[in-house]
This record gives sequence, C-alpha cells and structure tokens, in this order.
Amino acid sequence: MLIRHGGDLTENDVTPQGVYLRRREFMTGVAGAGLALAAGPASAVALKGAPSRYSTDEKKTPREDVTGYNNFYEFGLDKEDPARNAGKLKVAPWTVKIDGACNKPGTYDLADFLRGNPLQERIYRLRCVEGWSMVIPWLGVPLADLLKRYEPTSKARYVAFETLYRPAEMPGQRRPVLEWPYREGLRIDEAMNPLAIMAVGLYGETLPNQNGAPMRLVVPWKYGFKSIKSVTRISFVEKQPRTAWNVSAPREYGFYSNVNPEVDHPRWSQASERRIGEFRRRETLMFNGYGEQVASLYRGMDLKKNF
Amino acid sequence: MSRETRDRLVYAAVWLACLAPLLWLVWRGYNGELGANPIEKVIRQLGVWGLRLLIVGLAVTPAARLLKMPRLIRFRRTIGLFAFTYVLLHLSTYIGVDQFFNWTAIGKDIVKRPYITIGMAAFVLLVPLTVTSTNWAIRKLGPVKWRKLHRLIYLIVPAGVVHYFLLVKADTRPPLIYGAIVAVLLGWRVWEWARKRKPAPKAAA
Repeated sequence: MLIRHGGDLTENDVTPQGVYLRRREFMTGVAGAGLALAAGPASAVALKGAPSRYSTDEKKTPREDVTGYNNFYEFGLDKEDPARNAGKLKVAPWTVKIDGACNKPGTYDLADFLRGNPLQERIYRLRCVEGWSMVIPWLGVPLADLLKRYEPTSKARYVAFETLYRPAEMPGQRRPVLEWPYREGLRIDEAMNPLAIMAVGLYGETLPNQNGAPMRLVVPWKYGFKSIKSVTRISFVEKQPRTAWNVSAPREYGFYSNVNPEVDHPRWSQASERRIGEFRRRETLMFNGYGEQVASLYRGMDLKKNF
Repeated sequence: MSRETRDRLVYAAVWLACLAPLLWLVWRGYNGELGANPIEKVIRQLGVWGLRLLIVGLAVTPAARLLKMPRLIRFRRTIGLFAFTYVLLHLSTYIGVDQFFNWTAIGKDIVKRPYITIGMAAFVLLVPLTVTSTNWAIRKLGPVKWRKLHRLIYLIVPAGVVHYFLLVKADTRPPLIYGAIVAVLLGWRVWEWARKRKPAPKAAA
C-alpha cells in the first residue's frame, strides 16, 4: 500500500517539471549556440519541491562538498574527477527506455517520463560503502509513482537500471574498471518503497552532471553505489539483474547492499563512518537510520548472507 | 666549487626532495585545499609517499652499481629515514585522527583486516631498521649482522605494496605499478646474487 504525503506546499508552489525541463533544454540550447553561457553550473535551473516527512533535519553537507566529492567512475576514479570531467556530458535531449515485463514499454523523453509528478524535497543521509557519509537535499519524485504508469506485470519481480554509455563524453568508460554501462537493480518491493526516489535536483537546482544529471536513483538505506546515476534505461525483469559492483567483486558487494554496521565489507569495517565535514567518526546506523521504513522488506532474511 | 660544497648542495637537494611532499601537503591543508575528506586524503598521501620513498631507497643500491656511482649509497640512510617518517605520520594519523585513539576499533582492524595487519607488520619491522640506522649502531652490530638485519627491507616494501593493493576499491593500477617496480628491484638483487655464486661453485660443505 502506498501512502502519499503531500507536505505543506500546494502544487502551485512547485516548479512543474515540464516547465523546468523545457527551460533546461532552452538554456542548454543557448549555451550550445555559443553564447556567453558557461556549460556547467550556468545551465542549472532553480527547482522547488514540497517538503517531505521523510526528510531528516540533520545538518546538510555543504553544497560544494556534495558536488565536488563524488564517486562517478564514468568520469574518473578520483573523488575530484567527476566535477572536473562531467561538463562534457550532454544531458539534453535525454530519453528513458522502459522495457521488460510491463504493459507500456517504450522510449520516453525525460519530460514525458516525469510529467504529472510534482517535485518533493527529500533531505536524505547518504552512506558510501567506503565509510563516509553526507546529508543531501534532493529534489525528486517517488520512484513508485513513475514506475506504476508503465503497468509492470506479475513477472516484474525486479527492476533493473542502466546508466548512459557514451565513452566520448564519459572518459572513464574508456577503461574497463567496471562493466559498462553501469547497472543497478532493486527488488520490485524495494523500488516501490516510498523512500526510493528518482532525483532530478539537489540544493534547489537541477542536478550537476557529476551528481548524475539529468536523473538518478536515490535509495538512502543502501550504500551509495546502489543509487545509480544518469539513468537511461529501466527494465522490469523476472530474475535478479546483474549489478556493476556485484559483477566486479561478488564477494564484496552484494545485490542488496543495505547499509548494515554489523556486516563488514570483507576488507574494512562498516561499523562507523565519517560524516563529511566532521572530525570524529560516528556510528553507522542499521539501514542508514531508515529501518522504520524499510526493515519490513527484509523480514526473515539472513542479512549476513544477503548482504 | 669544491667537492665538499658540491656534496653539501646535493645532500641538501635530497633532503628537500624528501621533505617536499610533506611541505606540499601542509601547505594545501593550510589553504584548505585537501577537499571534502581531508583526513582520508592526508592518510592516503602520507602512505603513498612513504611507499614511494621506500621504493626509492630500494633503488639506490642498483642505481649506484649500474651507474657506477658508488657514492650514491650515502643517500640511502636519509631516504630510508624519511620513508620511516612518512610511514610513522601515516600510522599516527590513522590512530590519532581517523580512529581518534579508539583502541578497540584499531585492535579489531589489526586482527580482522588483512591490509591493516600487513601494514602494521611492515611498520613494526621498519622500527628496528630505523633504530639501527646510526653509525654507532652499525659499529655495535658489526657490518655482517647489520646487513642481515637490514635485509628485512626486502620483506617490508612488498608488504607495503600489498597493504596498498588490498585497500583500493577498483583501480588496482597504481599498486600494481609499484609492485612491478619492486619486483624489478628485488629481481635485480636475486640475479646479482645468482651471478656472484656461479663462477665459484662451492665444494661440498
């Protein structure tokens, strides 16, 4: 059962996504025409989202850290590489291919894919598998609302996601560090959980490329790498899909990859984390502190085995 | 320029070169240029420079031999002591800053995490080499014993490479490059050793 939480703002306060997407295209178009508009940040568009009861009131990580310290191997392996190299990525036009076990497959323009879904602000904790964390104010849409429209069938037991594969614009893809394109997946009930969103912005603006523009998954109870960036394909599938890190090191990165301080990475502890900007490490919380919303998804499962 | 002046200048240059990465790190820290996760960056940089200097130290003897510049050997101690300094700072930052003296967590790390076990072992083995680096210690031990003890470095440097290799997430290229260099430097020693043995096959002992 899905319960929708509107928040205090009316839909009139929220930027209709059709409008901002058209503006985005317009502005990138202008930049492309060679006018004096710098590529990256200048094409960012202001967004507004309704507050959500799922948001944390913890101190937000500064914007420059959220946008300057990224793991996005398509743009390089160092944390600073994505911010440096992602400017080349063309995010408009952008299409999303929907296929697999659903009644309405097809390739949709991003604006159509998002149409009719008012933006919400979701301030979430993000816990990286490497042992650091942030608090990020995302703007996005519940994934469930987006997916239901394509009428997944009873065979849709999992949802698989794919990132764009475009080595010319994503220099990191020229080396086989991971299996490209980057893939991720969720069980269908995980995907339909109200915490799971497709984010299109952060800090009141469209996503910077290094954060997964134009649209990325955010599943805050899982390690950051599950929240796949720059999503261009979504498939409803019957079998557990391949996921990039699981393929790369199956012993180290499981399909579920729920944040769990009791299940260590084989090579390092997951009991604590460093919140970016803080000096002392803090204890890592089970399901990254989202147990109330998601623990029921894993009832009866051995989380040591299904890590 | 007298030979003595030149020697002093070269020596100062070696010192400065060894110190430069540390100064650069401090400078960037002072200017807030260490990024969003400065503690992680400092630990990583100190570790990488410790390993690099250990490798340079391992390269001194082959270089002196191959370039026929035996006087290069006198830099080996300086380089080794700087390597130890970086490794010590690397470890101290991990203990005192990253883990903030959480001895339980550190203990668990040492026991459970092979990369930390190996790194710690390499550090422990480095200590006697550092302690016996003085002229007095060399005299006291005698050259044969001293040399034997300092062969520990052939274990320590590969351990450092393994320590690095085991902690990277996906990009194994840098530790593999260091590993290859170390393999060449140790391989040269094996080859030299075998070459020296050959011409005079030992009679039954």
